[in-house]
Formats: sequence, C-alpha cells, structure tokens
Amino acid sequence: MTRVNGNFSIIGKPTAMVDAAEKTTGAGKYTDDFSVPGMLVGKILHSPYPHARIKRIDTSRAEKLEGVVAVAIGEDAPNPYGILPVGHDEHALALDKVRYVGDNVACVVAVSEAIAEKALELIDVEYEVLPAYFDPEESMKAETDLIHENKPHNLEKDYHHAFGDPEKGFAEADHIAEARFVSNEVTHAAMEPHSTLASFELDPHTGELGRLTVWSSTQVPYYLQHKLSLVLEMPMQQIRVIKPLVGGGFGGKSEVIPLEIIAAIAARTAKAPVKITYTREEVFWAHRGRPRTIIDLKTGVTNDGRITAVKARVVQDGGAYCSYGVVTILYSGALLGALYDIPNIQYDGYRVLTNKPACGAMRGHGTVNVRFAFESQLDELAAKIGIDSAELRQRNLLQPPCITVNGLRVQSYGLPECIEKTVERSGWKQRKGKLPKGRGLGIACSHYVSGAANSIIRSDMPHSTVNIKIDRDGGVVVYTGASEIGQGSDTMTAQIAAETLGCSLSRVRVIAADTDLTPIDIGSYSSRVTFMAGNATLRAADEVKKRIAAAAGKKMGCAAEDLIFRNDRVFSKNSTGSLSADALADKSVRPTQAEASVSGRVEGQILRGSLQQKRKEEGPKESMTFEEAVVAAIDFHGALTGTGSYAPPQDARGGKHKGAGVGPSPAYSYSAQVAEVSVDEDTGEVTVHKVWAAHDCGRALNPVSVEGQIIGSVWMGMGQALTEEMVWKDGMLMNPGLLEYRSPSSVESPAVEPIIVESVDPEGPFGAKECSEGSLAATIPAIANAIYDAVGVRLHECPFTPERVLAALRAKKNAKALNLTEGVDPTAPVSFREHGGALWFKGKGPERHAMDPARREAPAAGGAD
Amino acid sequence: MNKELIELRVNGRTHEVAVEPSALLLDVLRQELGLTGSKRGCDDSSCGACTVLVDGVAMMSCALLAASCEGQEITTIEGVSEHGSLAAIQKAYGDWGGAQCGYCTPGFIMTVKSLLAENPDPSEAEVRDALSSNLCRCTGYNQMYEAIRSAVDAERKGIAFAK
Repeated sequence: MTRVNGNFSIIGKPTAMVDAAEKTTGAGKYTDDFSVPGMLVGKILHSPYPHARIKRIDTSRAEKLEGVVAVAIGEDAPNPYGILPVGHDEHALALDKVRYVGDNVACVVAVSEAIAEKALELIDVEYEVLPAYFDPEESMKAETDLIHENKPHNLEKDYHHAFGDPEKGFAEADHIAEARFVSNEVTHAAMEPHSTLASFELDPHTGELGRLTVWSSTQVPYYLQHKLSLVLEMPMQQIRVIKPLVGGGFGGKSEVIPLEIIAAIAARTAKAPVKITYTREEVFWAHRGRPRTIIDLKTGVTNDGRITAVKARVVQDGGAYCSYGVVTILYSGALLGALYDIPNIQYDGYRVLTNKPACGAMRGHGTVNVRFAFESQLDELAAKIGIDSAELRQRNLLQPPCITVNGLRVQSYGLPECIEKTVERSGWKQRKGKLPKGRGLGIACSHYVSGAANSIIRSDMPHSTVNIKIDRDGGVVVYTGASEIGQGSDTMTAQIAAETLGCSLSRVRVIAADTDLTPIDIGSYSSRVTFMAGNATLRAADEVKKRIAAAAGKKMGCAAEDLIFRNDRVFSKNSTGSLSADALADKSVRPTQAEASVSGRVEGQILRGSLQQKRKEEGPKESMTFEEAVVAAIDFHGALTGTGSYAPPQDARGGKHKGAGVGPSPAYSYSAQVAEVSVDEDTGEVTVHKVWAAHDCGRALNPVSVEGQIIGSVWMGMGQALTEEMVWKDGMLMNPGLLEYRSPSSVESPAVEPIIVESVDPEGPFGAKECSEGSLAATIPAIANAIYDAVGVRLHECPFTPERVLAALRAKKNAKALNLTEGVDPTAPVSFREHGGALWFKGKGPERHAMDPARREAPAAGGAD
Repeated sequence: MNKELIELRVNGRTHEVAVEPSALLLDVLRQELGLTGSKRGCDDSSCGACTVLVDGVAMMSCALLAASCEGQEITTIEGVSEHGSLAAIQKAYGDWGGAQCGYCTPGFIMTVKSLLAENPDPSEAEVRDALSSNLCRCTGYNQMYEAIRSAVDAERKGIAFAK
C-alpha cells in the first residue's frame, strides 16, 4: 500500500491546515463554545482531603436553593471504569472513599454557574480522614490504609524484565556508571480546559430519555463512548460522541476524564442538557500528566565505546488511580530498546499509587524521563572514556532491518542522518568545548513509536477505518474517526486522499470524530494517526480510485492500470500530444471553471465546440476531468464509495514475555538534538539559546506541520527541563495555575531549528511516520549535557531550576547548599520543594506552623506507622 | 443581583445587553453576544486567550467588567477579518503554522494587531516581548514570529494577502 517514490502534487508541499481559517477568525467551535436550548451548568464538588472515607453526604440543603435543578452523587452511577481494561478503579463520583485532594464527590446542576457554586457550599459531607501516602517509595512500604484494597503495598503494577544476559554484559564492560535520576511531575496544561456537554433525546416510542449526545474535548471519542456505555449502562449505539475542535491534548484528553462521565450522569439526573467546563485549577487536579519518576540507572561500556548492558530500576509516582499507568511503566522499560544497539537490558519497573491526582499519558508517554537519565549517563561515560559524545552515539547504532533484544522490530532508521545533520548545523565539531566559560553545547537522541502495535483493548480488529464517499458533484468526503487536536490530523487525511485521487485539496471534505458518522478509530495518542489513519485513508482512496479507473478506462478505451490521476484530471499514461503527462502535471493546465463545474451527463451541450467535444467525436478520449470520471464511475457501478482499514502487521507486534504488548510499533521515529545554553553561576539560572533538532519522520507529508510539531516538542521538553514542575505539599498542589506552573513564555523560549530527515518507511503512508512526540525526550538530556559542558555540573533532578543548579555548583566547590527557606518557617520541612516525603496528613509528622489551618482542628483518629 | 441595561459597541455594532454589574466582558461576549472566538484558558488573567482590543488597546476581557466598557470601542477576533477576507495576519498564521490547536490563536492575533498598530515594523525582540502576555502550549512560538514577519512584509507591500 505504501507509496515510496514519485513526484507528488500535494504530499510534501507546505500546506495551511484545512481548518486554519476557522482557528484564526474565531469561527471554529470548541466544546465550551456550544450551547443548546435549555442547557444547564454543572459544577463539581471536590474532596478537600487526600485520603478519606465518606461517611455521609447530605445534598438536601443544596437542592433547596433556588435555581438548583439536581445534585448527582456517586450512587447515581456506581459502575467502576478506567481507561485500561486492567484498571477499572475509578468512579465518576466517589462511592465510599476519596483518594486525592480534588477527587470528585458530587455534582450540582443549576441554571447558572454562580448558583451552582453557591450550592456546592451547601452540600454536607462527613469524612473520616485516613492516613495518606505522598511519596512513592514510602507508599510502597504501606501495610494498612491502602489506597485501593486490592493493591497490596499500594503497588499498581511491577514488571521485571531481563533481555540478553545483563550480568555478562556488565562483566564485559570497561566502564560502568551508576546513578539515581529524578524527574519531577509535569502536566499537559493544554490551553483549552476540559469541557463536556451532554444532552439526552426523548425516545419517541417510549417517551423516556433515549439517545445521548455528548460533545467533549477528547482525543478519543470512541473510548469515551465505550466508558459512558459502561457507567450509564446504555448500549454504545445509543451514545453519540462528537469531538468538536480540541484546544490541545498532549495526552491529557486521551483518556476519559471524570467530567466527561459526570456531565452525562448530571444530564440524566437533571433531565436536561448539562455542560461542565473545568476551571484551570480543576484541570490541574484532573491531571493525568507525566509522573514523578525515580530512575536508578546503570550502564556499561567498553573502552571503544560499545554499550554492553543497561540496568534500570524505575519507580513512578502514579497518583491515586491506575489511569494509563500500567502502559506508562512498560513504555519506560520497552523504549530502552530500539534507539541504540543494546545487547543486554535489565528492567525493574514499579508503578506506585499515592494520594495525589492520577498520572497518565503525556507527550512522549513513558519514555521521556528514562531517556533523560540514559542520555545523561551516556554523556558521563563518553567523558570517562574520552570519546566525543556524538561519536559515542554513532558507535552504538542499530543495523536495521532488525529485531531488538526486547522484541521491537526496526525498519526505517534515520538516526545516523539525524546525528550527522545536527552535528553539522550546530557547528558541534568546531564549537564543542571551545565556548566561553558558562556557555556549553550538549547532544542527545530519542525515538518514539508511530502508534502502538497492540491496542489497549486487545483485539485483531482494525485500529483505523476510513470511508470515502464521492458523489456526482465531484466532491470527495472522507469519514474518519481520527481526532484532530491541533496536530493536523484532518489536513493529513485530506492530503492523502487528494494525492491518491489526483484531485485538489479543496475538493476534499473531512468529516471526523463523530461516532454516529465516522468509522471507529482508536484515537489521537501514541502518535498513531498519520501512520494508521493515514494508511487507512490511503487504502480507502485506492479502493475508490480503482472503481473510477475501471469506468474511466472503458470510456477512454485503455486499461484501468494505465490511467494517471492528477490535478483534477484522469488521463492515460500512453496519451500523446498536447495533453501529455508532462503538460498535465503542470498546474497551469488545471480545468477551467466551466470544465470543472460541468456534469458528465450534460457535457455535450455545455462543452460543444470545445477541444474535448471535438476529440470525443474523433473517438475515445485521451483525458477526462475528475467530475467526468466520477460520473462515469457512478453510471458504471451505481455508487461510489471506498473503505480502507489498518491493523499493524503481526511481525511488528512484539515478543511473548509478560508486558510485551507495550513498546512494539510498526515504525519508530528518531531524533537527535544539540542544545546551546548558558548558565549564570551566581544565580544558577539556565538560558537555552538555541536547539538544533533533527527528526526522522519517514516522509514529511506537510513540512510546515512537521516543523511545527518538532519545535513544539522541543519547546515542551525545554519547559520540563527548566521550569515546569507540579509542586506538592501534603497532597495539595501548590501551583495549580498558569502563573505558578511555569510554562515558558515567548521571552523565555529559544530559537529552535527543525531539521527534517526522511527515511521513507516501507509501511508508512507515502513513507511517513511519527513526528509529534519523539523530539521531546531528547531536549531534556541535551540541555542537561549542555549545562555540564558549560559549568561542569551533572544534574540528576529535573527541572533544572536555579535552586538546583546553584546547589550543584556549590556542592562542586564543597560549599554549603543555600537553604532558601532558612529562617522563614522553623517548622517547615527540610527542603522547600518537598513532595510530602514521609509526612502524614493531619497531625502526623513534623509539627506544623502556628498559622497552618490543620493545627486549628484536632488531629484525626486512626493511623498507621 | 439585579441586571442593568448597558450599551456595548463591539466590532462596529451597538448591542443592548442586560448584565449583572459583576459580569465580565468575556462572559458577556461569549454568552450574551455569541462571540465565542475569545477564549477562557485560565481563571487568573495569566493566559491571554481572551484578549480583545478596547479602544485599540489589547486587554484581557476576563479582567474587565462589561459595564465598565460602555462607550468604548471593543474589537474581538470576529471583527478582524476585513471585508469578508482574511486579514494578512490571519492568513499568515495559517500559512506559517502559527496556529496548531487554535485555542490561543484569537488572543495572540489581537495582541499582534495591537502591537502592529503601535509599531508597524517590530524587531524580533519586540515581537517576543509583546507576545509574552499570551501563552501557547503547541507551537513553541517560533512559527508565530515567521507569520508575523510575513504579515508585516505583506502589509508593507500593500498586499492584503500574505501569499
């Protein structure tokens, strides 16, 4: 199915997104922009405690407030759900227990937001506060007051993998580096807060509530439909999920977020349409971001720079629910492979539950934090054995096509070219180590999947299906379940359809992500859309093209295989004269307005005297307009539709070990980056001046989009490297706002030079593969390595805040670390940015500050060690 | 709270709306006037997605009381398209990848409009400085600079379209 060669008319040309004007004029509608007649507002009551049993909820006072229509609580929809089949541990509204500050307790439906907010204060909830766990390593020791009763030691899942012979590998190494790396928690902070509008229809036959329509800011309408069906006990076909424009996802909308289910429950309880839109603070609580990760990493290399073995122990602070956690912890291990040739890998991964909002999938799912550790350690080893760090990476390349030691199939592999290009463009060889003091260069590489080869709901069904309808108006309508979330999904679909059918982009309309209209697609996550939905589009377009060609060939008196579709015309490749292939390839001979709008059935009248008419009289045509060919095909076949689907090939689905399902992908993207930074040794402030980022995306279907994705990934990686961090204290998020959660602004953002590398994958659509996530993981270690080059300190904890950089600089000089909280609050914990540590909630642990509200209440009874 | 009738001038038209004295301009634009192009992205005036022009000055409409805007000329993103075609800056944002998910885009375009009205040929440093009032999570801002540069060039050449 793959097109690997050929000159294209649409593929590879920088193209404005098909929905660009909607976005730049404000005309495009996101979920919160919708309203329907009679719509009410929903507001959620959240738990103030990180871990507590709900003893009693009394909603009567709230219900009596004028303007309140209904109050929903957990018992209104008690079925558990979760994004993974193995992780059905969530309830839309808490049944018996709350497990983090922000957990969902009740939902008020009212005529206005102000009344709903007032009503929240009138709900009486009696809690029995339980001891809470905030630090994963402490939480793993828990014996009592477990977060989920069926998870001993608060351990969601652990995996222990050994590939090759790690012991032997380390024995063969000449140098071994070993260290602990910590990567703190970050979140997506997509600009659009989550929003859901749910509305029931009345069934004309029963007179009762019937079909449910949900508009939601989701990356995966189909999963939402599935979970709604589970919780509401409605058949899936009675639920229609529509995804309007989505204001960014980055993984945060790739699973079912509580409000999506709560809105539907609330609409059912209130018997009226309900919209819930999160405040920004609620978005932070909903979270599902990248977990705080502790990585104990050991790497062995020989004197000539060959990696002999890697051993990683990874502990992830997963928060209160499973979410995508089992997948995240598996990705962290699996993607140690498929970047370099590593013969021996040992991996021990622990996904731990704590009383904080659940972590889930975030851009570069599972691989980012481990990649930071690995690429930092590789740099350390390069310095140890005296090999240039770019060169060290080049000595450990894979030799594709191959299957890695942990069962990942690698075909296209643009990493060598990525390294070469970044080294060249950044002036690495001339400048590395020669910059003025305080300024440095660092290099790092990364990779990512082009979609998971195994879906989370195991089946052999297609991952993507696309339908195409072409009618006598000559319009091409593509129906796809793939979700446009700003990454260019709809544009990619239109481009592939138009290129295959040889028609202009404006002829193609994409209808996407509406479960009533579009075939199932498992959504926009793990960078799967271009590869999988793209291949399905290609197949659907090919099918419909074959049908057009069969009819057109008959009219033109030539074999269907000899027809070329291009520039809104169909012509024979054997044709000669003025309408030769070369001439038609030229945009200047596009059909005129009259030709383009004419229907084949009336062509004789309208085109009388025209060149075509003359030729028709002389015999079979040498070419037809797209419309003529379409009309001929409808005449011939009766209707004109095509369907294509995609399921990853069996040999790309990975090994047989436990957990082997996560990591395999039909293709991997590759990235190499050089970062240039300067470090202010007095303040510890790090400035990134420029990042050169080469990314192997197989083929750039739309270069302007590919560059945008590379820059965006690098930028988000830089945010995690320098400023972004969710700061916790006793299970309370200290920075739940965009002012405090420091997303870099334009003045703090470096120039990023994206470099597109095209390895042309044998299975990707036109050779394309992933381009939206893979670059992120390389940025953090590239910056860390550049900091080392600049000032000679190796940072083991990100983000590299001035505080941490300064501490490392002072430690290097054997100076005492500056305690920035010294003298501020004598009862404060030892470090300012602490994550709860061994503290217990309410009255346990160190004594609190006199002004701390927790001290004004009597300490809760019960407890644990 | 009792509502009061106010007159708002938005995109060259006058609207009579009944609003509570505490109503924010953003909510009135979105809910009363159906102008949903201005977005809410935060609760504390930190993201800039709701930026509109008030008498030509870029302001965050989530931090303005609607009633206080009476008698002032408000321009929202819906008022930017000129004579039924995209303004140069809108076209350029599309062509150069300045918008990905598009949620922050209206706010950015209003901020750029205000910048260019004051300084028709800004340096990149001036552009960065001006844009720092708004947040974007998709683009890393780089392609926005190219879009703005291209729109400035297009305007200078007197071409309505950037391409």
